[in-house]
Amino acid sequence: MSEPLIVCEQLCVNLGGAKILQGLSLSVHEGDFLAVLGPNGGGKTTLLKVMLGLVKPTSGVVKVFGKEPGYASGRIGYVPQRLDFDRTFPISAMEVVLMGRLSRKRLLQRYGREDRRKALEALETTGLAELAQRRIGALSGGELQRVLIARALAGEPELLLLDEPTASVDPDMKTTIYDLLDQLKKSHTIVLVTHDTGTIGRHVSRIACLNCTLDMHEPGSTLGRSALDDLYGYPVDVVEHRAPQGHATHQNHRHA
Amino acid sequence: MWSSIARLKDTQPTRITAMPDILHFEFMRNAFLAAILSSVACGIIGTYVVIRRLGFISGGIAHTAFGGIGLSYYLGLNPLAGIIPFSLAAAIGIGLLSRKAKVAEDTAIGAFWAAGMSIGVILIGLTPGYAPNLFSYLFGNILTVPDSDLRLIMGLDLLIITVVWLFDKEFLAISFDEEYARISGLKTLALDLLMLCLIALTVVIMVRIVGIVMVIALLTIPAAVARSFSHNLYRMMVIGALLAALFGIAGLWLSWVFNLASGATIILVAALVFLVNALFGAGKARRAEC
Repeated sequence: MSEPLIVCEQLCVNLGGAKILQGLSLSVHEGDFLAVLGPNGGGKTTLLKVMLGLVKPTSGVVKVFGKEPGYASGRIGYVPQRLDFDRTFPISAMEVVLMGRLSRKRLLQRYGREDRRKALEALETTGLAELAQRRIGALSGGELQRVLIARALAGEPELLLLDEPTASVDPDMKTTIYDLLDQLKKSHTIVLVTHDTGTIGRHVSRIACLNCTLDMHEPGSTLGRSALDDLYGYPVDVVEHRAPQGHATHQNHRHA
Repeated sequence: MWSSIARLKDTQPTRITAMPDILHFEFMRNAFLAAILSSVACGIIGTYVVIRRLGFISGGIAHTAFGGIGLSYYLGLNPLAGIIPFSLAAAIGIGLLSRKAKVAEDTAIGAFWAAGMSIGVILIGLTPGYAPNLFSYLFGNILTVPDSDLRLIMGLDLLIITVVWLFDKEFLAISFDEEYARISGLKTLALDLLMLCLIALTVVIMVRIVGIVMVIALLTIPAAVARSFSHNLYRMMVIGALLAALFGIAGLWLSWVFNLASGATIILVAALVFLVNALFGAGKARRAEC
């Protein structure tokens, strides 16, 4: 059995006196498509930021590709929840996607033909090749989200971390993004933070429910209404979790 | 300062208003050269100042440099010997305080701004005799730029162009999405401080042209106007530099014709264009949304 890509053991994070994550243990293996569900303020984004090395754990162990977080940047693609940027910033979609190549370049090394080719490939994968030269502020919410996914892909990562990629897009675009993720999960390990309790079960291989602490749900199990109600503190859709085909063989070594 | 124009003009038998004639004077030739050479730094660094909203921090760096002018007076040195280290120290000091020590950025800027000015005032007060060119450092004196300063401006231009060329992808990354730059393994704090130091060097250049008090206008206005005509950073830099040169030349010429303070006239030309563009540009943007 291969080494997990991400291991968290007894992870605790306090920010400004507030306990954001408490005693969380989790491992992500190669080929996983893990969805992290939970209410706002439940620590989902913080968990991703810990994995990226942006937030230091208060206690506990976190290893990403066997190293401290933040030292495997070339192997991780990150899609932030929403980008706080000036809509008039003079930058094209292509230039944003090229940023995904940063982790593979040395300081002072300029973007070359290979970088441009990879960036264009990533834009093609996300269906945005025609918009490559469009100014970023002129894109719709869904297009922008796909530019951010393309940026993550341009770095040829093994692991994709996505923070609510469907939070600010219309239902039509949501389907497009999930179709894209279905395609990407064949070649990438994916950790997805989301609110989409309704549709997520059909796409992912495992679900983690996060509200300071973590509940793990393996393939084949059903998240009962009461479990989700507890998690959110209000009634939510039931998530039926069917194991997607092709992942069933991995079941045995999965644990929370 | 600007009374020197009047004095020099009086020595001429006929009133000179035509553009080519004013170039007969070496000090005017140097003034135009200074305006054009400084616009290179203005366009490039001004672009980063505008897109990263570093206008206030630039003002802080410029005013802190007044302490350096005071020190030079006190020690009897060339003012540049004081301005360069003071502005660089302000850039790094404000940068570290606000990004590392968790001091609010405007607080750090305010403290450096006023402390720098205070050091300057005290040291000038301690220097015996009258401080002759003090006013020209506060409000600029483009008419007394010697050849040696032109060479210095050219050298700093080359330095700025080289550093920006070397670090363009890193500077673009920290300007657009600093968090992503950090995740990608960039040393964002070091890059940030490097950019602030480039701003400090641009301030050194601009103090000669428009003075400490008005530096902030030439670091923001040309690039801000250029932004309406650019969808890419490098185009914004080129248009910004061209506009800065245009403002400099037009301002100098108007100050000559109407016998006005040169630095202030350059700024007013820039401000007028900025205002017209803002009003017209805003209307255009609204129409585009409909």
